Amino acid sequence: MYYSYAPKIISQRVLQLSGKNLFTRNNFVLSNISKKVQLNLLRNFATIESNTSGAEIPAKKHAPTKEVNFTTDKYTYLRRKNFKEACIPFLTQDDIKFFTSILPANGLIIDKEDDLMPYNIDWMRKYRGKSRLVARPKTTQQVSQILKYCNDNKLAVVPQGGNTGLVGGGVPVFDEIIINTNNLNQIRSFDPISGVLTCDAGCILELLDGYLAERGYMMPLDLGAKGSCHIGGNVATNAGGLRLLRYGSLHGSVLGLEAVLPDGTILDNLSTLRKDNTGYDIKQLFIGSEGTLGIITGVSISTPRRPRAVNVAVLGFNSFQNVQKAFLTSKDELSEILSAFEFWDINALKLLKAHNIHGKKFPLEDNYPFYVLVEISGSNKSHDDEKLQNFLEKLLTNEIVTNGVVAQDDTQITSLWSLREGIPEACSKAGAVYKYDISMPVPVLYQMVKDIRIRLQSAGVLGEDKLVSDVIGYGHIGDGNLHLNIVAKSYDPKVTNLIEPYVYEWTEQHKGSISAEHGLGLMKADYLGYTKSPPMISLMKQIKQSIDPNGIMNPYKFLPTQ
Amino acid sequence: MSNLKILVGCKRVIDYAVKVRVNSAKSAVETANVKHSLNPFDEIAVEEALRLREKLGNNVVKEIIALTCGPPKSQEQLRTALAMGVDRAIHVEVGKNDSETTNTLQPLAVAKLFKAIIEKEQANLIILGKQAIDDDANQTGQMLAGLLNWPQATFASKMEINGDKLTVTREIDGGLETISSKLPAIVTSDLRLNEPRFVTLPNIMKAKKKPLEKFTPEQLKVDVTPRLENISVTDPPVRKGGTKVDSVDDLISKLKSAGALE
Repeated sequence: MYYSYAPKIISQRVLQLSGKNLFTRNNFVLSNISKKVQLNLLRNFATIESNTSGAEIPAKKHAPTKEVNFTTDKYTYLRRKNFKEACIPFLTQDDIKFFTSILPANGLIIDKEDDLMPYNIDWMRKYRGKSRLVARPKTTQQVSQILKYCNDNKLAVVPQGGNTGLVGGGVPVFDEIIINTNNLNQIRSFDPISGVLTCDAGCILELLDGYLAERGYMMPLDLGAKGSCHIGGNVATNAGGLRLLRYGSLHGSVLGLEAVLPDGTILDNLSTLRKDNTGYDIKQLFIGSEGTLGIITGVSISTPRRPRAVNVAVLGFNSFQNVQKAFLTSKDELSEILSAFEFWDINALKLLKAHNIHGKKFPLEDNYPFYVLVEISGSNKSHDDEKLQNFLEKLLTNEIVTNGVVAQDDTQITSLWSLREGIPEACSKAGAVYKYDISMPVPVLYQMVKDIRIRLQSAGVLGEDKLVSDVIGYGHIGDGNLHLNIVAKSYDPKVTNLIEPYVYEWTEQHKGSISAEHGLGLMKADYLGYTKSPPMISLMKQIKQSIDPNGIMNPYKFLPTQ
Repeated sequence: MSNLKILVGCKRVIDYAVKVRVNSAKSAVETANVKHSLNPFDEIAVEEALRLREKLGNNVVKEIIALTCGPPKSQEQLRTALAMGVDRAIHVEVGKNDSETTNTLQPLAVAKLFKAIIEKEQANLIILGKQAIDDDANQTGQMLAGLLNWPQATFASKMEINGDKLTVTREIDGGLETISSKLPAIVTSDLRLNEPRFVTLPNIMKAKKKPLEKFTPEQLKVDVTPRLENISVTDPPVRKGGTKVDSVDDLISKLKSAGALE
C-alpha cells in the first residue's frame, strides 16, 4: 500500500531552461531530495513551533482547500470498539502526565486541531480520523513504554510512517492514538562488504537510497512515494514498487526486524544473517501486517550493488497481445539485466498530456494503444547495449513493436521515467480517483480494464460529462500487477456500487489478488475473503488474538470486521 | 545557397547527471566506469542541423556530417548522432581511452582537426556546441573561425538561413542580439536553440548501416600536442552545514555577529 504517488515526487533532474549553471553537477544529493521531503521537514518544524507557542485552545483557523469527510461518515457500518476514549476529558491528568513524562514537547501533539490535521488525513484526502493525540517517539524504549501504557489502559493506537498509504491503513478511524515514526530516523549501521543496512523504522526511503548511493549500493525497492515514505511503513505493508521484478519482495530482502509488541515487549531480531533456519520466522509475520501486530522500530535489509549502467526505452504497441510478446522476448534477450517492465495505456498518456505533468514534449509523436517502459541495469554498458540492441531488433523484425525511443543519456532516462511516474498525479488532478491494485495472470491483465469500461458504459455513467470521466490501466507487467484507476467527479456511492464488489468478484474469478502491493488497510479489510480462504482468515484472527489480545493495534483494519 | 553541407561537432563527455569525482592524483576527474554521453550542447547542434534540413528540404541541405575527435568509444556518440538523423560520421581517433583524451586533447588541436576535415569535405555550415560540459572551455568554435577566417555567430538561441544569408539571434547579458552574415559560417549553439528529439527505434536500426569513417591526426597532418599544462584539479570547497536558531532575537544577533546586519 505504500506504493503510492505523492505529488511531485520525481527528482528534478531535467535540464532547467532557466538559470545560469545549467549543466553543473554539484549539490546533487540536495537536488535529489524531493519537494515532499522538504515539505515534511517544514511540517515538522511547524509542529515544533506551535507546540512551544503555548496556545491551548484549538481553533479551526483555516479550513483546508477541500474539507475531507470523516471516515466514519463514509463507512457508516463501522462501530467504535470498547476502548478507553483517547481524548480530553476522557484522558485524565495522569494519562497526560504519562505522555509528557516520556516524550519531549516536540514529540507530542495533544488536542491541537491544526497540528493534528496532517496526521488525521491521508495524503489522498480520502480518509479522515478523529485522533486527538499524536506521539512521536525517538527511541524504541519510548515506543515500548507508550504501547505498554496503551495496552494496560485499553487505548487504541494506529502506527503511522510517512502517511503515504492508499487504503487508509495509516490514519485513525475514530480517536486512536497516532504513533508516528518521524523521529525514529537514525541509520544504525551499514556493512560495505555484505551490503546490509540497519536503520530506524522512520528513515525516509529516498534518504536511505541516497546514503547507499554514496557507498555504491541501493535500496532493493523504489516507489513513487520515496520522498516521504518510511522504511518501517514499507516493511509493515510489504511495499512492492518498481524494483520488485529484479530484486524480489521485502519478504526476501529484509533480514531482520526490531518490533515492539502491544504489551511493550521489544522483539530484537535485527539479524544481518542471510541464512538462519532456526524456529518460526517471526519477522515474516510482521512484514505486511500493516501495524496490527506491533510497531516495527528497526529494520535490517540486504541491499544490492548499484548498477553502473542503466538503459531505458519506451515502446509503442498496437495491442496488449504484442505487449505480452515483448515481455516474453525481454525474458529471453535481456534476462538477468531486465530491471523494469512497466506499461500504461493511451488513456493514461492522454491524461498526462491534458494535465501537462510531463511538461516536455512526448517521446513518440504518434499515438499507440499501449506503451511499455523497459529498463535494464547491469555492470557493463557495452554488454548491456548489445543485449538491448538485439532485443529491440528482434521486436522490430517480428513486427511486435511499432515504434519506440531509447534514452541516450541520464537526462532522457529521467524524462522517460517521469512519464510512468507522473500517471498517478495526472489521475488525481483529473478528479476523485478510485484506485485498485490487482495482481493476476498477465494474459487477462488488461481484460479487467476493458470489462470495467463496458460495465460503466452500459450503466451510462462513463463519458466526458458524466460521473466517471475515464478508466485508466497501467502497472507492472513483470509482476502481473495492474493499477486500475477510475477517475470520477467525486466519490459517489452510485459509482462505488458499480465498481465494488464487481472488481473483487472479477479478481476472484480470475484467481488474482485484490491487493497486489497497496495492502488492505480499511478499504479492503472486508474483502479479504475474495482472495483468502475461511480457514486462512480464521488462523490470521488467531494469530492477531494471541499477539494483541486487547485488539488495540490498528483496529477496524486489515482483517474483516464482520 | 542551395548546396548546404552541414558539419556538426559531437564530443563525448561524462553524462551531465553523473556526480564527478576528482582522482586521487588530483590531476583529472575519474572517467573509468563513468557514464558518458553526447555533450548536451552538441546534441542541440545536431538537432538544429536536422531541423534546418526539415525546413529547407533535401535540395538545400545536401548532407549532414557528424564529427568527433576522441577515443575509440566516442563512436557511441557518433551513433547517437546518426540515430538522430545525421547522414554519416567521421571519427578522428585521439587517445586510447577517455582519460588519455581528456588529458591531452585541447581546443586548439580540436579546431585544427576540424579545419582539416572541413577543407577535405568542403562543408560550408559548421554548427558546434557553445562549449563542452566537461572542460567548459568555450574556445573551439571561436578558434576554428579564426583558423578558417570565417564569420562566427556564437551562443545562438535562434538561427535562420535565407539564400546564403545566415541570421542568428544570440543571448547576451540583459537581452538578445540579432546578427547576420554570409555563408560559409560557424555557429555555436546555446541551450535555448531547441530541444533535441528522442532517438527512435527505426532510426537506431538505420544508423547501424550509415557510414562511419576513421582518421588519425597524422593522416590529417595535424599536431595535437598539448600547449597548456594542467597543474591540478580540485573539488570545490564543501558547503558547511547551517545551524538552528531558537528565536528571532537569536537569529538577529547571529546575523549581526556575522556582519550580515548592522
